[in-house]
Amino acid sequence: MSDRTTETFWSALRAETPARVGLHRVGDGVGTRHVLEAAEAHAFARDAVHGHLDVPALAAELDSLGLGPALHVPSKALDRATYLTRPDLGRMPGELPPLRADRADLCVVLADGLSAEAVHRHAVPVLRELLPLLDAGTTVAPPVVATQARVALGDHVGAVLRAALVLVLVGERPGLSSSDSLGAYLTWAPAPGVQDSARNCVSNIRPPHGLDHASAARTLARLIGGARRLGATGVRLKDTGELTAPPEPR
Amino acid sequence: MRYTQSVRGHGYTFEGLVDLLAKASPARSGDVLAGCGAASAVERAAARWALADVPLTTFLSEPVVPPEDDDVTRLIWDRQDSTAFAPLAHLTVGGLREWLLSTAVLPDAAHVLAAVAPGLTPEMVAAVSKLMGNKDLVSVAAATSVVTSFRSTIGLPGRMATRLQPNHPADDPRAIATTVLDGLLLGSGDAVIGINPASDDPATVATLLHLLDEIRQRYEIPTQSCVLTHVTTTIDLIERGHPVDLPFQSIAGTQRANEAFGVTLSMLAEADQAARSLERGTVGQNVMYFETGQGAALSSDTHRGTDGRPVDQQTLEARAYAVARAFDPLLVNTVVGFIGPEYLFDGKQITRAGLEDHFCGKLLGVPMGVDVCYTNHAEADQNDMDDLLILLTAAGCSFVIAVPGADDVMLGYQSTSFHDALDARRLLGKRPAPEFEAWLERMELLGPDGRLRAIDPGASALGRLREIAP
Repeated sequence: MSDRTTETFWSALRAETPARVGLHRVGDGVGTRHVLEAAEAHAFARDAVHGHLDVPALAAELDSLGLGPALHVPSKALDRATYLTRPDLGRMPGELPPLRADRADLCVVLADGLSAEAVHRHAVPVLRELLPLLDAGTTVAPPVVATQARVALGDHVGAVLRAALVLVLVGERPGLSSSDSLGAYLTWAPAPGVQDSARNCVSNIRPPHGLDHASAARTLARLIGGARRLGATGVRLKDTGELTAPPEPR
Repeated sequence: MRYTQSVRGHGYTFEGLVDLLAKASPARSGDVLAGCGAASAVERAAARWALADVPLTTFLSEPVVPPEDDDVTRLIWDRQDSTAFAPLAHLTVGGLREWLLSTAVLPDAAHVLAAVAPGLTPEMVAAVSKLMGNKDLVSVAAATSVVTSFRSTIGLPGRMATRLQPNHPADDPRAIATTVLDGLLLGSGDAVIGINPASDDPATVATLLHLLDEIRQRYEIPTQSCVLTHVTTTIDLIERGHPVDLPFQSIAGTQRANEAFGVTLSMLAEADQAARSLERGTVGQNVMYFETGQGAALSSDTHRGTDGRPVDQQTLEARAYAVARAFDPLLVNTVVGFIGPEYLFDGKQITRAGLEDHFCGKLLGVPMGVDVCYTNHAEADQNDMDDLLILLTAAGCSFVIAVPGADDVMLGYQSTSFHDALDARRLLGKRPAPEFEAWLERMELLGPDGRLRAIDPGASALGRLREIAP
């Protein structure tokens, strides 16, 4: 048997699964190429976890959506090491800038979560697709950019704004094959202490390998419409095939 | 009871057993998050001195979690066997450490340790682990023997099994079959072929159960299959006649934490009885499969004990093994590094926790395996997994998890690979489960030297395995 026979067998199968199957075996280890590929993938994931959100650049992009000037809300976690070990601090805003309680139908929070890269790549494109799909007359508050932030920080922002719904777009925990996956969490009547089971989530927004921006926006628009009719989010809201249990980071 | 300890003229006070256990625990982020860890290294040293002097009998009168509020404590106390405990009843925690290390070198260590296991409570075992170094944990665990069986026998001396974990983000049967093929060709799957489904839809779970069962039957593989979904879903699937070998459930160390997982002890008993009634095992009838992990209770805010104090995550983890052993499971594993850096910050903490979990489980008589793993937001990498895998193989770990290239493409974390398991077995002279080893020989996958042969998959009978997938 030759290595080439085995490689021919596996190369056809590899097209059907993202799993690292049929790796070239050397002794009881794997070939150098695989070791370097895996290390490279881990390096991308690590850099995504430790990357910083470029708040001015994101705010400038958000300006083009016409929702008003973006506001920056840092969490109580002052740095990444604190963020990673103290989820409680990442769920709470530090100093809140002056936010107007204008009782909008929807407020949007862009949170770095565990991948700032995901927010930079996908958050504004999702919003650009989403805004035209909202029911006529839906009011949207000026966007908030939150740093060292977890999903529940949006509950505090939504509560101060007295918004009916908060949509948090957050960088998901990077996997070895996905360092830029965005999650979207929708919460009705946001207030500190909301349970995760009271949210709806669209995860794995990550074209071209995951959900594309337009599909994510259509699902979110359906969820937002459904939430407003039902007056709730969470397990009761099930009008789409895109609902999943909330993954990390919470 | 209040504990006091003086270290070089400075006095330290610990408010009861819960506080003492937490402060004596080796440093980890989860105990800091819970607010129960030692405030300084010297406070930790003082707590360890004080803990060493606590008589083991104290653990039978001072509850860590009050029994009136918690069915796990009641289970522990009701099942504690005073006859088995008698040889240890005079010891302190520090004395137990010395007894364990002295016993571990005896020729009949496995027998002696198995005989005292029903007398030990998880709190005693957690306490003594806090006084033991990593090498102590390896040495004593290696001297234990916990043997269980279904179609293969797990935990025999000189053996280490693997769970072949062929997860796929969309539960695609052909892709899953491809990974099963890869794993079998690399000698993996003797503990179980177990899928974490992406969906908890019962129809999807049923499809995967049939897929694994047909693969097993077609090739007459002496192993068991499992689709890891909630135990209530599995009970329903058994009632509908689907081929369930092992009911699975995540469990934890307090009643409230188990409730947060949506389970009660009676549900676990029902699943155990339902699966046993099918009599699908050939060499044994251990049917339950449990997963655990330090930090599970804290993550659901169900980690408080006596006087409302937070209980340290390692002690609560050991209590989960008392839940497991009540059901004579086939397999139990801690998913040690999966939970994230807020509970176990880095490779050092993950390694320590993996060794503690394995030691505590084995000493309590649980068939303990470990998912040697980490997430990308922990300060760890594959080298830490190499280290822990070698340590656990030396410690006689019953089984480890194996995924292609160590990369779980569904759960988004890294574990150990099929190749890693081969390497660890060879390095430390471990063999697969005997029934599975004989099957590998029949399939001409195992050479006369006991090494796994590299064969042409296309020419092998297994090469057509994927045709079973719908």
